[in-house]
Amino acid sequence: MELLSLGIKSVFIENMVFAYFLGMCSFLAVSKKVSTAVGLGAAVVFVLGITVPTNWLLQEYILKEGALSWMGAQFAGVDLSFLQFIMFIAIIAAMVQLVEMVIEKVSPALYGTLGIFLPLIAVNCAILGSSLFMVQRDYTVAEATVFGVGSGMGFAMAIIALAAIREKLKYSNVPDGLKGLGLTMLITGLMGIAFKSFIGIAI
Amino acid sequence: MSAEVETLEQPQELVIDKPSEPLFSKRRKKFVTDPLNDDNPITVQVLGICSALAVTVKMEPTLIMSIAVIFVIVFANLIISLLRNLVPNRVRIIVQLAVIATLVTLVSEVLKAYYYPMYKILGAFVGLIITNCIVMGRLEAFAMGNKPWDSILDGLGSGMGYAWIILTVAFFRELLGSGSVFDFKVFEAVGLANFPTNALFVDSIGAFVILGILIWVQRSKTGYVEH
Repeated sequence: MELLSLGIKSVFIENMVFAYFLGMCSFLAVSKKVSTAVGLGAAVVFVLGITVPTNWLLQEYILKEGALSWMGAQFAGVDLSFLQFIMFIAIIAAMVQLVEMVIEKVSPALYGTLGIFLPLIAVNCAILGSSLFMVQRDYTVAEATVFGVGSGMGFAMAIIALAAIREKLKYSNVPDGLKGLGLTMLITGLMGIAFKSFIGIAI
Repeated sequence: MSAEVETLEQPQELVIDKPSEPLFSKRRKKFVTDPLNDDNPITVQVLGICSALAVTVKMEPTLIMSIAVIFVIVFANLIISLLRNLVPNRVRIIVQLAVIATLVTLVSEVLKAYYYPMYKILGAFVGLIITNCIVMGRLEAFAMGNKPWDSILDGLGSGMGYAWIILTVAFFRELLGSGSVFDFKVFEAVGLANFPTNALFVDSIGAFVILGILIWVQRSKTGYVEH
């Protein structure tokens, strides 16, 4: 039950995009068409669901202070947490590469849709951000997995919704200076207000 | 004999006599001034928006963040520019990420040691400089193909372009959301203690709206139209 609550929270209330501004770059750049937005959204859910638990294992058994005690008593005092950023980004880059290769082998059709987005994801701040939040909030491994998938779904939902709105906006008459990024920012703000209405929902 | 010597020496003299480009020539000044307005990383190139919005609730963390980003981008540009002929093309992304991650770790450790309260406030967002697309973008687009000094200037320009935008956003968010600037209560000081503050600007929504309006104003001035 608590896991379900955490999932709802990470999809709606603490949405990656609207509450923490994570993944904004690809959110703005890849939201011109619904079909590409769906592809990127799916790729983000996939990668987040894998990297957050992986980074949890890394943090718990290698990086944290005293985490190396499983190797023997003399390692009990080792604190490698200053290596956190480098290790996390390396894991994410490696995982993205791995996922790309597996998809290419297993499902060429899916690779055709996701392919171009996968390299982009390595530098998507939503991915690294989720891992860092996971450490900050002391999640267990189950919570970390739910949180990873949930925030990925939140991101996917936001980008698909924005893409749908932007497709309609093509037919509107917008002041020149506001075209493109300016208007997209204002719409994101309005969508953020809508998402605020989820605050207080608890299961 | 003498003629032969002359022809041999002439090219050499030409090279020596050719004045080296001044440290701040016109071409180089453009590296710094262009990203401030016409080619701004945030409002025109749409890069680095994530961290731009997350830390701008108050002026002080924004200032620290700007300094951190300028430091990282300048030194990452310098290092990658020095390494540019040694790095094979296939592994360049990993090399770039490693350089950036090292610099960010440095910033984070310094902040943790000397300014712990700010380290707590910025939290995960210092780490997120790694995935700030401005840094990656400049490394990829500029430092991989240019000399070190040019790259430093380019990094400085992009960093400053980023800094002034987020400082402007932070100024309005703090003024309207908390009624203060650098934690100095402006409205109380001018005798408007009851001036209503708007919680929407403390929230993420205010950041989106202010940045949207800022982009609108700037693009109307420069005449840039997106299609």
